[in-house]
Amino acid sequence: MVNYLSSYLVMACIYAMLALSLNMQWGYTGLMNFGIGAFYMVGAYTSAILCGLPSPEHLGGFHLPILMGMAGAACMAGLIAYLVAIPALKLRGGPFAIALLAIQETFFLIIKNESWLTNGVWGIRDIPQPFFSLVNPRFYVFIYLIIAIVALTLTYLSMERAVNSPWGRVLRAIREDETLTDMSGKDCFNFRRQSFVFSSMVAGLAGAVYVHYTGFVSPQTFSPLMSTFLVWLMVMVGGTGNNRGVILGAFLVWGVWVGSDFITNLVPASVATQIGFIRMFLVGIILTVTVLTRPQGLLTQKLSNIQLIEEEKHA
Amino acid sequence: MSEAILQVKGLTKKFGGVAAVNDCSLEVRKGSITGLIGPNGAGKTTLFNLITGFLVPDAGKVFFKGKDITSLTPHQVFKSRLFRSFQIARDYPEMTVLENLMVICEEQLGEGLFNAWFRSGQVQNQQKQFARKAVDILKFIELEQKKDLPAKYLSGGEKKLLEIARMMMVDLDMVLLDEPGAGVPPALQDKIMSHIQNLSRERGLTLFIVEHDMDIIMNICDTIIVMVEGRNFTQGTPQQVRSNPAVIEAYLGRGGEEKKHE
Ligand SMILES: Nc1ncnc2c1ncn2[C@@H]1O[C@H](COP(=O)(O)OP(=O)(O)OP(=O)(O)O)[C@@H](O)[C@H]1O
Ligand SMILES: [Mg+2]
Repeated sequence: MVNYLSSYLVMACIYAMLALSLNMQWGYTGLMNFGIGAFYMVGAYTSAILCGLPSPEHLGGFHLPILMGMAGAACMAGLIAYLVAIPALKLRGGPFAIALLAIQETFFLIIKNESWLTNGVWGIRDIPQPFFSLVNPRFYVFIYLIIAIVALTLTYLSMERAVNSPWGRVLRAIREDETLTDMSGKDCFNFRRQSFVFSSMVAGLAGAVYVHYTGFVSPQTFSPLMSTFLVWLMVMVGGTGNNRGVILGAFLVWGVWVGSDFITNLVPASVATQIGFIRMFLVGIILTVTVLTRPQGLLTQKLSNIQLIEEEKHA
Repeated sequence: MSEAILQVKGLTKKFGGVAAVNDCSLEVRKGSITGLIGPNGAGKTTLFNLITGFLVPDAGKVFFKGKDITSLTPHQVFKSRLFRSFQIARDYPEMTVLENLMVICEEQLGEGLFNAWFRSGQVQNQQKQFARKAVDILKFIELEQKKDLPAKYLSGGEKKLLEIARMMMVDLDMVLLDEPGAGVPPALQDKIMSHIQNLSRERGLTLFIVEHDMDIIMNICDTIIVMVEGRNFTQGTPQQVRSNPAVIEAYLGRGGEEKKHE
């Protein structure tokens, strides 16, 4: 049971990183990224290939240290975001969302079909897990929980610093009035791209944290439902534009998602086979209730971020 | 006569075949307050959009301080110290008045992610300087007590004041003002106009002002350019323009008549 809880927490931390990433894009930059899962997937596969054991079936076997795999995952996701940004960031709103949706689908198909690279639908196994030999495998999840919490904390702190800095203020300025911000000497495209690349790197890192936890990766994990839709739900339930809110949203939504496993034990077998639908139903209820009762999400957006004013008074 | 700071040469912009700005050429002298008048739809705002890089001209060139700025984007235009206001006042509604002013500051360390993460001390110090400057300016234009208020709660007139405050935050050489007096109650109008004159007197800014209120324009400008149907129709001192029969016919028309009845 404690193990179960811990593995829930590990995955919730990973999803929270994704939710933070999406929140940076949607909440702070106004980018409707319906393809966030692509960057998660790219990160996962990059680290799997960089750190994995040699295999005749697919590329890889570089057997690099895990930290380098994680750095590589973030960089690869960032690089792809940088390239995607050149055409995609010229679009706004709906068209941007559709472009990213298409990009996710493209990457999904590449990963699924290019066996020489990713071993296709069979996936990559035997991905090294950090500190695995140090402890009894039964307790490994606790070790990994620490790693996941560290990764989430670092992500949260870097996001908070960024959005509460003058850099974040320019992002808000762009969202509120891009024309004026442009005339005020800010290169708006560049700021939006920085935000997009940085948050995509976080999604890539989340992918790496995921593969070194499971030791195995296959395309199923990155279906649009699991890697994009759920993340959007977490952000919307938690509170768009509030980093703590979206972390809360991630833990809550993921809790309901895995918690519905318990229902299988309580209901007749004929219903239990329908568990996928029950999950969707529950998650749908959460979303509906949130939208009806707290349209801004559980925690609402923080308004002002510069703390200078108070200090000024004392000075 | 001092040299021209802004030169517009043969500028043309068509919208769906109709020329909003049509082979327009003009010059604005350095340090002057130059007025730009003309009937509705004459192309004044379009001209401003072309100069500041929001629109790309179909033909013609814009020179600022002798440099060709025709193909620059607005943020590049700003870096050559040319700024503008908009016909409908723009601001950041959810940001406080103070933050509204601080966004425009140049060379902000904290606008780089690296500095934001790892050099927050220096970033904070610089921000404090900017905040102090902003508060001084807000005191000067008498908006200080509203500094922590989100800009959306400002009245229309106060928003116009905020725009002028923004121009005081940075070192500029020239500002294009698109109807700074529009929609402002008369009491506040005088205040705004004296602040605008102050921009020119105290800071040596060159001002290029579109304004429909003839009293204002005749009072504060030393040169007036009349624009009709996308062209530089005529120009001269306020007296010359006021007494030019062609201008009265083309533009002042009814206004001139009303003046006679008074
Ligand atoms: N983006 C645009 N697309 C199409 N037509 C435009 C556009 N912008 C301006 N126009 C047209 O160009 C002409 C000139 O407009 P402009 O706004 O420059 O006039 P103006 O002199 O500023 O008028 P006003 O005194 O009413 O502000 C008008 O006929 C207008 O309808
Ligand atoms: Mg206009």
